[in-house]
Amino acid sequence: MSFEGLPKGSTDKRRSLLESMYLLEVVRGLGVTARHLLRNIFHTGDMPTMQYPEEKRVYGDRFRGRHRLMQREDGTPRCVACQMCSTYCPADCIYITAAEHPDPAIEKYPATFDIDLLRCVYCGLCEEACPCDAIRLDTGIYEIAADHRDKFIVDKEFLLRNTTDGTR
Amino acid sequence: MDIVLESLAKIVFMFLLIMGMVPALIWAERKGAAFIQDRTGPNRASIAGIRLAGLVHPIADVLKLVFKEDIAPTHRHRALYNLAPWLVMTVAVSTYAVIPFGDYLELGGKRIPLVVADLQVGLLYVLAVASLGTYGVVLAGWAANNKFTFLGGIRATAQMISYEISMGLAVMGLMLIFGTLRLTDIVAGQGGLLFGFLPMWGVVLQPLGFVLFITAVYAETNRNPFDLPEGESEIVAGYHLEYSSLKFALFFMAEYCHMVVGAAMISALYFGGYQIPWLPRPRLEQNAGLLLVIMLAAIIAVSLWFAVLFLRRVQREKGKFGDARDREPVLGAGLWLVIAAAAAGAFLLRPWEIGPAGASVAATVFQVGAFVGKVVFFAWLFIWVRWTLPRFRYDQLMRLGWKVMLPLGLANLVVTALVLAAVGGGK
Repeated sequence: MSFEGLPKGSTDKRRSLLESMYLLEVVRGLGVTARHLLRNIFHTGDMPTMQYPEEKRVYGDRFRGRHRLMQREDGTPRCVACQMCSTYCPADCIYITAAEHPDPAIEKYPATFDIDLLRCVYCGLCEEACPCDAIRLDTGIYEIAADHRDKFIVDKEFLLRNTTDGTR
Repeated sequence: MDIVLESLAKIVFMFLLIMGMVPALIWAERKGAAFIQDRTGPNRASIAGIRLAGLVHPIADVLKLVFKEDIAPTHRHRALYNLAPWLVMTVAVSTYAVIPFGDYLELGGKRIPLVVADLQVGLLYVLAVASLGTYGVVLAGWAANNKFTFLGGIRATAQMISYEISMGLAVMGLMLIFGTLRLTDIVAGQGGLLFGFLPMWGVVLQPLGFVLFITAVYAETNRNPFDLPEGESEIVAGYHLEYSSLKFALFFMAEYCHMVVGAAMISALYFGGYQIPWLPRPRLEQNAGLLLVIMLAAIIAVSLWFAVLFLRRVQREKGKFGDARDREPVLGAGLWLVIAAAAAGAFLLRPWEIGPAGASVAATVFQVGAFVGKVVFFAWLFIWVRWTLPRFRYDQLMRLGWKVMLPLGLANLVVTALVLAAVGGGK
């Protein structure tokens, strides 16, 4: 088997003699890299690199970050534990235990509401599925890190406190 | 006794030159690669908030490598595994012994030749020692008892054998012209002018030989586009895969030492070594005062220019970070202003009234400076080429070595011999 020829049906043109001598092409290549080098030495500020922890990229409003649970005016979760989100979830990362709500006007409430952030694919389908706008991915938080897998499973209390600016 | 002291001083100078260039080259490699690829490169390590454009990173690298655990595979060949990095390193630094870094230094009426060992067979010594370096690579690949390292070692062997031949053939052209293997004579022979205006450098006399030699040197130093023994995209890290901590650091340093050796060889054989074109030694000594003044003026101009660049950054980036990093441009400007002031202060010593003894020393300094400058340029060329060219495929490497470089080397040798016979030149 020979590697010399071009593959069958190739539309590539044959290299010219000068190009196949390689040497001139090497020098031209060095010219290209030298241009980049000199431009970046004298215009360091024009480089596209961002100094990440200090500078952050601005994302659009529709960016899906870490989830939060919405609250009623009295601070209880808006969620009625209907299981729509956990049913719809393609990654199967939402775990809800429903319980009877003391208020007869409200049927159920989530006794536990856990999300496994390592399983979540941030598709936003839970948002879409929710009939009462109780879960949202609009916090804009994407720096999610921990030193143990268990710490990525966040509970109801955490999600209720998880607001757009990441504080409160 | 004197000769021992002299030799020791020269050895120390050469060793410090290499060892000083290694961290500088690592810095140039990382920063140059970054700038070529439109990145900013290393800029996080700092001493008291001052980052020195990434120059602190080699220190951090060294500290990291020194304090890392030395992990070794269980089924290694213990003796060879430990020997290999030292072999690579020793070979890398011992090639320097025969490379002249200056003509001579005249101190107190004594002429000290500026070469550690002026061997009659200098060129052979270089070729022999350089090929010993392959043993380190092959032993490392074999002793680690790992398929990837073994593949790296095999690749290194095949590559070295293929390219050493072309290297020898390329150098033989020079040998015919200068009629000697002694490197000091070869460099001294490149001091003249060809047709009265061209510097008689090896590259002018042997352009094809130069191309072959530089290609072979790149292959010998395992640098891109010939870094197949390392081949990190194919065989993980090749021969030094199983080495960690200081043993890995030795391989890493040896690569850069090899680069400096390669650069020194290229400049000694093909770019006149310490020779400055159109300024042979007598003329250098005659005009030492004038040249010193020109050099000082140039230093002042360049450092003032850099200072102005930094001062503009001071103005533009006021309070950009809000911490110690804001002081960096101020420090940079200060440093260049101090250099400019030092150069201006040197004028007080009246360099234009330099005596004959001083002129001789100054000429030596100029020549050593020319040599170091050439070495720095060719070391940078290694880096520049690495970030420009992709790695060869193995069959391409072999084809280039045997089907292109070997015939070209032979043709170059024959043509050189015929021309020398026709013009009756050579020795």
